[in-house]
Amino acid sequence: MGRVDILMDHSTHENEPLAALVTGTRALEMSMTARKVKVLDGNEAAASVAFRLSEVVAIYPITPSSPMGEFADMWAAAGRTNIWGSVPEVVEMQSEGGAAGAVHGSLTAGALTTSFTASQGLLLMLPNMLKIAGELLPCCLHVAARAVATHALSIFGDHSDVMAVRSSGFAQLVSTDVQEAHDLAAVAHAATLAARVPILHVFDGFRTSLELQRIELLSDDDLRALVDERLVQQHRERGLTPERPVLRGTAQNPDVFFQAREAGAPYHAALSGHLREALDTLAERTGRRHELVSYAGHSQAEQVLVAMGSGAVTASETARRLAEQGRKVGVITLRLFRPFPMQDLVAALPASTRQITVLDRTKEPGAAGEPLYQDVVCALSEADAAALPSAGRPDVYGARYGLGSKEFTPGMVAGLFDELCREAPRRHATVGIVDDVSGSSIDYEPSLDVLPAGTRGAVFFGLGSDGTVGANKNSIKILGELTDLSVQGYFVYDSKKAGAMTVSHLRFGKQPIRAPYLVALADFVGVHQLAFLDRHDVLARAADGATLLLNAPYAADELWSHLPQEAQQEILDRRLVLWVVDADMVASEQGLGGRINTVMQTCFFALAELVPVEEALKAIKDAITKSYGKRGELIVARNHAAVDAARAGLERVTLPASADSPRHRPPAVPSNAPDFVQAVTGLMLAGRGDELPVSAFAPDGTWPTGTSRFEKRNIAASIPIWDAEVCVQCNQCALVCPHAAIRTLAYEPAALADAPADFPTTACRIGGLEQASFSVQVAPEDCTGCSLCVNVCPAKDRSNPRHKAIDMQPHAQHVAKEAERFAFFDGLTGLLPEGVPDARTSQLRRPLFEFSGACAGCGETPYIKLATQLFGERMLIANATGCSSIFGGNLPTTPYTTGPDGRGPAWANSLFEDNAEFGLGMRLAEDQAAAQARALVTRLADDIGLELAVSLCEPEGAELEQRRQQIEQLRQRLAGMQGDDARRLERLAEHLSARSIWLIGGDGWAYDIGYGGLDHVLASHRDVNVLVLDTEVYSNTGGQASKATPLGAAAKYATAGKSTAKKDLGLEAMSYGHVYVARVAFGAKPNQTVTAMREAEAHRGPSLIIAYSPCVAHGYDLSHNVEQQRLIVSSGVWPLYRFDPARARKGLPPLQLDSPAPRTPVKAFMANETRFRMVERLDPQRYARLQRRAQEDVHRRHALYEQLSRMTVPEVGTAAQLATGMSAAAPATRPVKPEPETAS
Amino acid sequence: MTRPDLSTRWLGLELSSPVVCGAGPVARDPELARALADAGVSAFVTDSLFEERILREEGGVMYHYESHADCDAEATSYQPLRDDLRFGPEEHLAAVQALVKAVPVPVVASLNGVTPGGWLRYGRLLQDVGASAIELNVYDLPDDPRVTADQIEARLLAMVRELADDLTIPVSVKLTAFHTSLPNLALRLVQAGAVGVVLFNRLFEPDIDPEELEAARALTPSRPDELRLRLRWLAVLSGQGGVDLAASGGVHDSTGATKAIMAGAHVVQMVSAVLRGGPASVRSLLDGLSSWMEEKGYDNLAQLRGCMDVTRCPDPDVYSRANYMDVLHSWHGNLHSFPGDSA
Repeated sequence: MGRVDILMDHSTHENEPLAALVTGTRALEMSMTARKVKVLDGNEAAASVAFRLSEVVAIYPITPSSPMGEFADMWAAAGRTNIWGSVPEVVEMQSEGGAAGAVHGSLTAGALTTSFTASQGLLLMLPNMLKIAGELLPCCLHVAARAVATHALSIFGDHSDVMAVRSSGFAQLVSTDVQEAHDLAAVAHAATLAARVPILHVFDGFRTSLELQRIELLSDDDLRALVDERLVQQHRERGLTPERPVLRGTAQNPDVFFQAREAGAPYHAALSGHLREALDTLAERTGRRHELVSYAGHSQAEQVLVAMGSGAVTASETARRLAEQGRKVGVITLRLFRPFPMQDLVAALPASTRQITVLDRTKEPGAAGEPLYQDVVCALSEADAAALPSAGRPDVYGARYGLGSKEFTPGMVAGLFDELCREAPRRHATVGIVDDVSGSSIDYEPSLDVLPAGTRGAVFFGLGSDGTVGANKNSIKILGELTDLSVQGYFVYDSKKAGAMTVSHLRFGKQPIRAPYLVALADFVGVHQLAFLDRHDVLARAADGATLLLNAPYAADELWSHLPQEAQQEILDRRLVLWVVDADMVASEQGLGGRINTVMQTCFFALAELVPVEEALKAIKDAITKSYGKRGELIVARNHAAVDAARAGLERVTLPASADSPRHRPPAVPSNAPDFVQAVTGLMLAGRGDELPVSAFAPDGTWPTGTSRFEKRNIAASIPIWDAEVCVQCNQCALVCPHAAIRTLAYEPAALADAPADFPTTACRIGGLEQASFSVQVAPEDCTGCSLCVNVCPAKDRSNPRHKAIDMQPHAQHVAKEAERFAFFDGLTGLLPEGVPDARTSQLRRPLFEFSGACAGCGETPYIKLATQLFGERMLIANATGCSSIFGGNLPTTPYTTGPDGRGPAWANSLFEDNAEFGLGMRLAEDQAAAQARALVTRLADDIGLELAVSLCEPEGAELEQRRQQIEQLRQRLAGMQGDDARRLERLAEHLSARSIWLIGGDGWAYDIGYGGLDHVLASHRDVNVLVLDTEVYSNTGGQASKATPLGAAAKYATAGKSTAKKDLGLEAMSYGHVYVARVAFGAKPNQTVTAMREAEAHRGPSLIIAYSPCVAHGYDLSHNVEQQRLIVSSGVWPLYRFDPARARKGLPPLQLDSPAPRTPVKAFMANETRFRMVERLDPQRYARLQRRAQEDVHRRHALYEQLSRMTVPEVGTAAQLATGMSAAAPATRPVKPEPETAS
Repeated sequence: MTRPDLSTRWLGLELSSPVVCGAGPVARDPELARALADAGVSAFVTDSLFEERILREEGGVMYHYESHADCDAEATSYQPLRDDLRFGPEEHLAAVQALVKAVPVPVVASLNGVTPGGWLRYGRLLQDVGASAIELNVYDLPDDPRVTADQIEARLLAMVRELADDLTIPVSVKLTAFHTSLPNLALRLVQAGAVGVVLFNRLFEPDIDPEELEAARALTPSRPDELRLRLRWLAVLSGQGGVDLAASGGVHDSTGATKAIMAGAHVVQMVSAVLRGGPASVRSLLDGLSSWMEEKGYDNLAQLRGCMDVTRCPDPDVYSRANYMDVLHSWHGNLHSFPGDSA
């Protein structure tokens, strides 16, 4: 038997041509057909089919499935039709639960309906999925499978979501790559109509949803051939109609429910047959055959893996390669998980199989094994002996891999086979991690390569904003669509929104590329920001002899001396061919700012020589024209010029013989960082988090705060530098800074004795602090360079007004000195004036939220920072999932921090939808603990001392310090006391100091998905403070419309411009009467913001602060966000007010308007933001109507607020007053005090 | 007695009255424009198509979009960028087209640029959407000490030549009052293909806010006394002949219009007064002009136009000598008969 003969692709395809078996099928088939070929990712591949086969699409954003909804919305807005010639109805709902409900209803009424989701979203759909399946409604939902949040949130891919809904009654069809995501989407839509069983079409989040591959597109005719029109008609006819009325959704009693539940069983049993029919039709039309269960590897394999999803591709390719080397191994790929294909699985096993490892991409704690493992065990135990392999019933093992997008590589696959060959393989193992706690992990040799010879890999390290990823997507499309090369593109992002590093992994080859894992060793490495050489070991991904392209502001003959010694050594050791280009200069000269994408892309094509250079450059220019030409001519012209200029700027560097740089790569974190930061955070920052063993982590997901200060990112090109002479000490710079990177402080002059030389200081001019010294200080390594502080600074040099009290200056020139100054400044003890803080004096307080990964110019973070300055030492924060939970809690570093005494905000994120309830729970626990503590104080009063006991049971004053001293006194006295009560009180004593509970989240949470819970919590009278960071879109997932999106604004899922007005959340909350409500905009009236926060916190009941938060999704340069806030307030679009129930009790109108009547036209505000201009550009007449309505709304709302602000609350119990309602003319004589329903 | 004939011919267009609505925001409000036409406005000049503005928006939007795209694992972008989104002149062209449809009188499209270049093709696009003429508005602020007056004029002439060669509709040029030799420039503009000139462009004159230490962009409405600068140069160019003249800046009422026409204007362009007074101001102006002409015995505008230009006014020195000389030296009496001269 020849070498090839032992290899099998499908157990049922032994007679196929050898070529197909050796190379896989796709390349051959592609040459046989002349179908439309396109490079796209899994999301677009699936959505393209789903859209064309649906009449109703209900959507809701969640990573990584959001783009499917975006495509659907965009296509519908552009008038694209389904295969029946109608434009599908695309509707965004308030949650995935809502989307599932709409899907259910639409199906019930007979429309072809789909949705897209992932992770928690899928879980929210579960109740409706059970209904849809129970009612045999044909439906296909597309899932980019993602981890479900457990000890932590993960946006990345695994199968824990789809496994969590495996009991729903939906079939589960699992695609392994982008082509399958396209093809099996169509198969699923076709088969569900035939079977009447709904189907979950699953592909791996990120790995498949985001991977770019060249695929053959299914035409509308292909889809028509797959979908039987009679079945469509039958589905319609089953739809509810008063013409033939029936009833669905009965309530059944013990006599019949069980039987009726079993009645649908034959439909599930028949599903796989319908799937096979659709697969056959697909194969006939396209030549592409996908099997529900397939096998790859040695025909006499003894060790076999079973896997689903993209991991099965890696496993299969590895098994093929090992089989070529004579290893008797193989892999079974399951594309159908529900109904579980028991017989197909058994039939696909080679007769020689002795051992099986079932791979699960999920963890089910406490189970006998993970879901797929259990099913395989069950299938084999139920199989007839005759159907089993001749070697007997194989021994089955389980292994978990790839959770949260952990890499799964050929080396791991080989390791799994090796494990099976050990004397006593682990029954339930893990692979890809080091489990030094439970010992589950298997060892493997990481370097195994199974790619076809001639496959070339390229890795590019870019900055998010420099366009590297966009350029690489472009390169992949150029090569994939214009040449016959196989291509693959995959992109990895870090967790920051400003200054994020992106890593692009590209592969090119003549053979099909089936490698859903990162490029480990590349033939080409592009480092698009020189600073990365200092921060990461980027050269570790360079293969020996690879080409290395650096973007650096140095000529070829001066570059070498600017590299750290470690990089020099690696370049020499790996014999890299080094090229340099000053892309920033070239791009800047062509008017492209920091967008170096075109320059670097040109250099890549010039050096990589994948296609003749001249052809490549023409293709780049054509692609530029295609991308930008339709929008305008400026960008095209500039990018074309950049292509020409790039080549001229490319220089080869002659390498010296030795690495002689005196400069070394700095450590990831400073040497004074705490142990945990050194050991764990530091490794993660260096990009080596994969190396951390299980024991490095707290088993409950707890993480230390205050670690962002150890990550010195140095991402700003310029930073603010202070001139003490010009400064007026208004402290607005510190107030608006989104990253707490510029600070103000009053301090004892004596402290300056230890100051670094030339430390800038001046006499404090703030009332009550005249004896103090004052400084403004930048944290130069943490500033993002957004320049918001400089724009807001009102202090100008009288002789040279261009010079302000702070000016942006080059980072490189100032960083060393300013870092030294910041270190000193940070250690100073601040002085505060007497009295309540205002906007100015609040900024003398230490921010306990600093250096987050939020966008430069973020409009959310200043509010959070301010809250921590006011209440940080007593804050408990419940944070809804969204931008604020990502920049608040996304590792590796944490921005919430502590003051010198170790106190600071404690923070937790539960979910997106439940944050109000989550925060309320914190309140309940706190109230319970405080009540217990007070009861114990009362019980022990005699021993504690009556005076102290009475004080401790009284409400706490505004100042924390006094209560802390009392608690300390209490602890001292308790220490000398005996008994359980004393010990319990010791533990509970801290709760005698009131906790400030903050419920923070975005508008997606407060207006939409979490609204029901928020409303309930506001209704509860409990003392919680709700801070809604209103960006008017779902910012975190990329700007989808929420009910906070204003009239006339374009947002994703509302591409044509939102046609309904923004919900008035504040007015709804006011309707309760007992809720403190404020609407604020820190840039427009900072003192009002501070006052609102103080009043909200002081209010002993629920408070709601709705905070205007400028966002990159609004489409303008956020360094102007303060001006824009002033405009939105003066136009009346965002009125400022405070509604304080306490005022009602004093006979005053509870509502105070803090901004004047609208005095600038709404259009002046709208004209500055792309989100509105886009709508105007696309349809000026419609926009004019929307704008007119927006203006009318402003006037109507102002009139309403104006009236409300003059109303007092009438005396309760006077029938006449109740009958006439509120009256401005007759203020209440007796305040109405809302009493808590439950004593706290 | 028949009312005087107020019709006029400007840029080859037969107009029912000498009142033209000048370049400004009125063109964006077809409803107001219709009302103004009913009141007697005989032509409209649109607001300017600014090449610079189109390019800035295109550059700005794409920059903001792209610098946040592909940065984050959760959001590939933050705005829906539809394929059919364009940043070209279409929006402006649609507005011009809407105005052309809305009013029964000619629409002159204003085109603003600085240097010769590809943008001049916008002139053709404006012609295609129905503009009856182009008013080229050149905003070439000479703040570069290396650039000579000749170079500035050469650039202007090149632009006019290129436009006039390309278009079938007439081209008029809106000039600033700061050219060294206006009569010579006007002559050369006509040679380059211009049919008319508009006197004068009111430049954005920045203001200074001494409190905030800021320079502020400011465009204040014109005042009637601004007309006097126009009168002089209308009178000079009218005497020179060969070019259609429009007065722009300072015409607020029938008296102003009368003076401008007497100085040689074929039409008067009004913006500030129209914005302030609406259609009523136009009616009032035309009624006033008509009544005055009737009272003074003028049958038509042709009789009035240019009657006070340098060739016909009783004392042309008033235009040709600097005003202060006359005022300062008025005590000398008649310059041609100094005291002591022999009689």
